[in-house]
Amino acid sequence: MLRSIEVDSPRQLDSPRQRVTVTLRVNGQEYHLLLPARTTLLEALRENLGLTGTKEGCGKGECGACTVLLDGRPVNSCLMLASQAEDHDILTIEGLSSQENLDPLQAAFIAYGAVQCGYCIPGTLMTAKALLLINPRPSREQIQEAIAGNLCRCTGYEKIIEAIQSVSSQ
Amino acid sequence: MRDFEYLAPCTLSEALQLLAQEDVHTWPLAGGTDLLVRMKDGSVKPGRIVDLSRVAELNGISEEEGIIRIGAMTRYSEVASSPLIQAKAPLLSEACRQIGSWQIRNLGTLAGNLVNASPAADSVPPLFALDAEVILANHRGERAVPVALLAEGPGRTCLGKDELLTSIRFRPLPEAAVSFFLRAGQRRALAISKTSLAFTGILDDRRSTWKEVRIALGAVAPTVIRAHRAETYLVGKPLRRKVLEEAAAIVSEEAKPITDVRSTIEYRRLVTGNLLIQGLWPLMKED
Repeated sequence: MLRSIEVDSPRQLDSPRQRVTVTLRVNGQEYHLLLPARTTLLEALRENLGLTGTKEGCGKGECGACTVLLDGRPVNSCLMLASQAEDHDILTIEGLSSQENLDPLQAAFIAYGAVQCGYCIPGTLMTAKALLLINPRPSREQIQEAIAGNLCRCTGYEKIIEAIQSVSSQ
Repeated sequence: MRDFEYLAPCTLSEALQLLAQEDVHTWPLAGGTDLLVRMKDGSVKPGRIVDLSRVAELNGISEEEGIIRIGAMTRYSEVASSPLIQAKAPLLSEACRQIGSWQIRNLGTLAGNLVNASPAADSVPPLFALDAEVILANHRGERAVPVALLAEGPGRTCLGKDELLTSIRFRPLPEAAVSFFLRAGQRRALAISKTSLAFTGILDDRRSTWKEVRIALGAVAPTVIRAHRAETYLVGKPLRRKVLEEAAAIVSEEAKPITDVRSTIEYRRLVTGNLLIQGLWPLMKED
């Protein structure tokens, strides 16, 4: 059963015509929001729902730090208006683990030392999750191709790829 | 981003009515992968956004009476994974599979790529090589325009203020056709092409000479262009390496690139011709 939550919006200086009411389904929970129409999905997640695991890097779809899953498929949440995400199921990094249990991908990232500064990791994990959802045993090339839109400036990707591979071969 | 009014019509006629209203500076929103970036940097300041994602008529890929139709809101990832496109216009699915990143391909649309009118748009050379046409509609009616006439320059199209590109149409390639799309960029993902080339060709019954050829070049002119002289040269010619090298030299001449942050005139000219050689080399017979 979905729990419904009303979320107060901060006071805005926009006119009523520039506001939208949006219902977002995030990590299995439904939220009703009143937002300025210009609010991106990323802003709504972070500022209005307090789900700050999803990061903003470049803000123009090049780095992938803002990656969330929309109906199981990775998208840049910085390039979507919150309104466009209505009627879709959104999964963020906060929804990847259940209770105290890390997702196997998260555990593998820790075990393989795939995390350094960590800023790109929530986005990379979401893309990796989407890959394993459609292809439980991807090849190294398929992993590389899948995460090509998630830039990491620390790790050199090697340990990230190994971590994803370790889960896929389980 | 500046404030704007947001409307999400559910039918095409509602959307076209909204675009016909002249009181507000209105922009249609498709995938948003270009428009939102431009709204954030302030180079586009719409007063009203008409989100097309709920308009069912603009979705989907179909084949009817020998014509393939791709709705304007079809995402790159859908084009890339469509069995119909893979079978009957494989170069278009190859191109869509290489655009941006997985995240971008799940948002961006074919129509957006066309209307954005970047000469480096990767889905456009295949549509030139397929001799596609686009349907432009406003609240009064619609017109069909050859894809080669849509873009008039970088970022400029023949689209009227109240017009929407609603679908893309082309004839499927015959089963025996030769086709490919190749590009060169700084890296495989997310890099804007330095140059790209799309090819469709039909061989004679003995599969020894070219009967029909179309070659389209991206990122080497103010718009995507056809390499007409190279096409004419190849028709009637055999599958020989010397012929191919000559055709590639003509392609290099027909390319009219500029030097910019991504590449130089000299590199783009040479590599554009080389893309033709790369794509057709496996078919060539010893000289």
